[in-house]
Amino acid sequence: MKKSNLMMILGSLCLLALFVMPMWIITLEAPQYPDGIGMDIWINKIEDHNPNDIKNINLMNHYVGMKPIPDHMKEFDIFPYVIGIMSAFGVIIGVSGNRKLFLTWFIVMVVLGAVGMYDFYIWEYDYGHNLDPKAAIKIPGQGYQPPLIGSKQILNFTAHSWPAAGAYFLFTGILMSLGAFLMKRKEQEQNEKV
Amino acid sequence: MKIKTNILNTCILSGVALMLTSCSYTGGNQGALSGNIAERVYVAPGEQDDYYAFLSGGYSGNLTVYGLPSGRMFKEIPVFSQFPTSGYGYSEETKPLLNTSHGFIPWDDLHHPDISQTNGELDGRWIFVNANNTPRIARISLETFETEEVIEIPNSAGNHSSSFVTENSEYVVAGTRFSVPVPQRDMSIDEYKSNFKGAVSFVSVDEESGHMDLAFQILLPGFNYDLAHPGRGKSHGWMFFSTYNTEEANTLLEVNASQNDKDFIAAINWKKAEEYISEGRFREIQTEYAHNIYDERTHTATSTMKKTVKVLDPADLPGLVYLLPTPKSPHGCDVDPSGEYIIGSGKLSASLTAHSFTNMLSAIENEEFDGDAYGIPILNYDDVVGGVVEQAGLGPLHTEFDGRGNAYTTFFISSEVVKWRLGTWEVVDRKPTYYSVGHLMIPGGNSRKPFGKYVVAMNKITKDRYLPTGPEMEHSAQLYDISGEKMELLLDFPTHGEPHYAAGAPAELIAPNSKKFYKLEDNDHPYAVKSEANTRLERDGNTVHVYMTTIRSHFAPDNIEGIKVGDVVYFHVTNLEQDFDVPHGIAMIGANTSELLIMPGQTKTFRWEPDKVGVWPFYCTDFCSALHQEMQGYVRVSPADSDIELSWSLDGE
Repeated sequence: MKKSNLMMILGSLCLLALFVMPMWIITLEAPQYPDGIGMDIWINKIEDHNPNDIKNINLMNHYVGMKPIPDHMKEFDIFPYVIGIMSAFGVIIGVSGNRKLFLTWFIVMVVLGAVGMYDFYIWEYDYGHNLDPKAAIKIPGQGYQPPLIGSKQILNFTAHSWPAAGAYFLFTGILMSLGAFLMKRKEQEQNEKV
Repeated sequence: MKIKTNILNTCILSGVALMLTSCSYTGGNQGALSGNIAERVYVAPGEQDDYYAFLSGGYSGNLTVYGLPSGRMFKEIPVFSQFPTSGYGYSEETKPLLNTSHGFIPWDDLHHPDISQTNGELDGRWIFVNANNTPRIARISLETFETEEVIEIPNSAGNHSSSFVTENSEYVVAGTRFSVPVPQRDMSIDEYKSNFKGAVSFVSVDEESGHMDLAFQILLPGFNYDLAHPGRGKSHGWMFFSTYNTEEANTLLEVNASQNDKDFIAAINWKKAEEYISEGRFREIQTEYAHNIYDERTHTATSTMKKTVKVLDPADLPGLVYLLPTPKSPHGCDVDPSGEYIIGSGKLSASLTAHSFTNMLSAIENEEFDGDAYGIPILNYDDVVGGVVEQAGLGPLHTEFDGRGNAYTTFFISSEVVKWRLGTWEVVDRKPTYYSVGHLMIPGGNSRKPFGKYVVAMNKITKDRYLPTGPEMEHSAQLYDISGEKMELLLDFPTHGEPHYAAGAPAELIAPNSKKFYKLEDNDHPYAVKSEANTRLERDGNTVHVYMTTIRSHFAPDNIEGIKVGDVVYFHVTNLEQDFDVPHGIAMIGANTSELLIMPGQTKTFRWEPDKVGVWPFYCTDFCSALHQEMQGYVRVSPADSDIELSWSLDGE
């Protein structure tokens, strides 16, 4: 098998890491939480970073009227299929060795990634802005939306939002498909020379 | 009389001498050196101490936890006394811990803490402490820093020579200070001699759970049993008890019990005792004592009354007990880390006596005895003595070891700590204390592996050390660095109650195991509710059970109606938090108990008997959030004949 095909297959398989590792992590730091509290976002669930973190995040957030972190979201039903199907397609494309399909898969993944991030942003916006009108603490103009990526000060908390291990596999997988596409072109050029 | 006057004179003289020495001492050591000393006890904000020190609270009935070298107090652990700070001894769950054969005894005099050991080294699992007044031994968990078990010691009075653990925590011992009739009966005090007995008790400790059991008692002659230390290493299997009043006086002991030139250290071969027990050579006698166990999952203690105890009589059991003559009313009885030397400090003597375990064994083998006391062989002083530290000071009390061949002894009358060498018996160094020092503590001091960096001296009198606070001041502890050739005084810090012995351990042995909260899912309290949806009230006749929860920053329910005058109301309150150091409190107006302080994941109960019609508030006593002040509720109390039904709500729902 050609190196580029193998690379495409391996890149596609990288996506499967999302089933065993979290995709994103949001942590909150404040003087009262010297160890920080956080949540790990997976493709199908949100988990405590340390035991009881979500419970404690909800406890604090209720003072400003934020909704509890959801147990379940519709994305959790969709994402695993999207990832599974794209991974499978990628393997098939890798076996087929069709260079154009390599690029197509790459573009589709970039688009899906962008859509995913946008969806994440929408959720964060709603989570940080859709507040209970009876909230105990109201600060005019204050939103509580965590950063999409990076760090941000929200009242007494420093919120950090960063990709987690699963996402790095995802990025690597996507880049590998682009790499496979470029390599394939070189391989074909060399073949033509021969 | 003559002896007494002499001692008084020496006290006065030494007092003067001490004032002189201490003046020159403080005058000479200032400037750069004192700055350096400040740095050595300074633990910067955010940094933590290297050692835990557990100081007995004496008549406070509590154990206090300090950091070394900073001398900062971290916590007061209630053991034998009610403690309104947390509701210990007031809550329905903890009241059984203070049950005894005399009923509910909510106070005691806590003397000697000792940390559990494995292979002669501290294992940091539990700390055992004794109640002196109504004899008891308690076990405190070093995971939760809570009292988990209390066992009463029958046939005993003034439980002073305890609680000291053997080198694998096989036993915790309890020795009686006062000899008493065994079994107790109505008899003339005049008949003390030969009728009163001194019971020493061996309490076994379950390796896994730590649960204690009174394995057996040895009925010794009617002396006073003062302190004890376990053998270790080569002397593992033996326990040594110091005695006074071998005169068996029963009145004006300050004179009548100070007549004999020598009293005894009783050496007990507990391995031999185990053999006799397994051979059935014991008597089972009727008695009564309470055994109280706290279950961390139900958050509740239960008290069981036990009725019998196995008793060994050393007169009939050869090889069980030997008496080592020791000058003069020995108080401390300390065994060096190798287990070879048993140091007896005659508190009315100027010298220290170190018995040699090896010499003791050969004297026993050669059966060279100097008579007997009630059938117990007395060894010859000259045969067993290993060395004497001559004229080391006045009123030696207690000795600890640094693991480098040095011993440190406190001298009560001359108010000093004296450092001397084991084997050469030479005094190496001495430092004043302020004033009248009792016990001293080196972390790991009662083990084969002392951590010989610091010694803490516990003083009985504080006088000019701190700002005055009325006629009484807290006692003072003093911290010395003993890592060099000369001891250096680093720090004074006040202690609570009257600290007797202390135990210490490196922080890394204990801190990693410390519990941060109780898991709600593990809470098996019969009245626990784990969600607000299950909060409710239940009436059974005139008893009402309130199943309540707390979370930042409200109670559920917070409006209660249908309670009547004459009801007995139990508030069972579960703290739903699952975060470190977030307890909630609850206090009810007119409740004849205390507040409760409920740890995250825990359930506690208090009893309230409303006696007046009205609408009565309750509130959270422990600051918990920005809306702590809003954490409150009401109970409506109606007349006894009212027909208002029980109802409850939160947010009107």
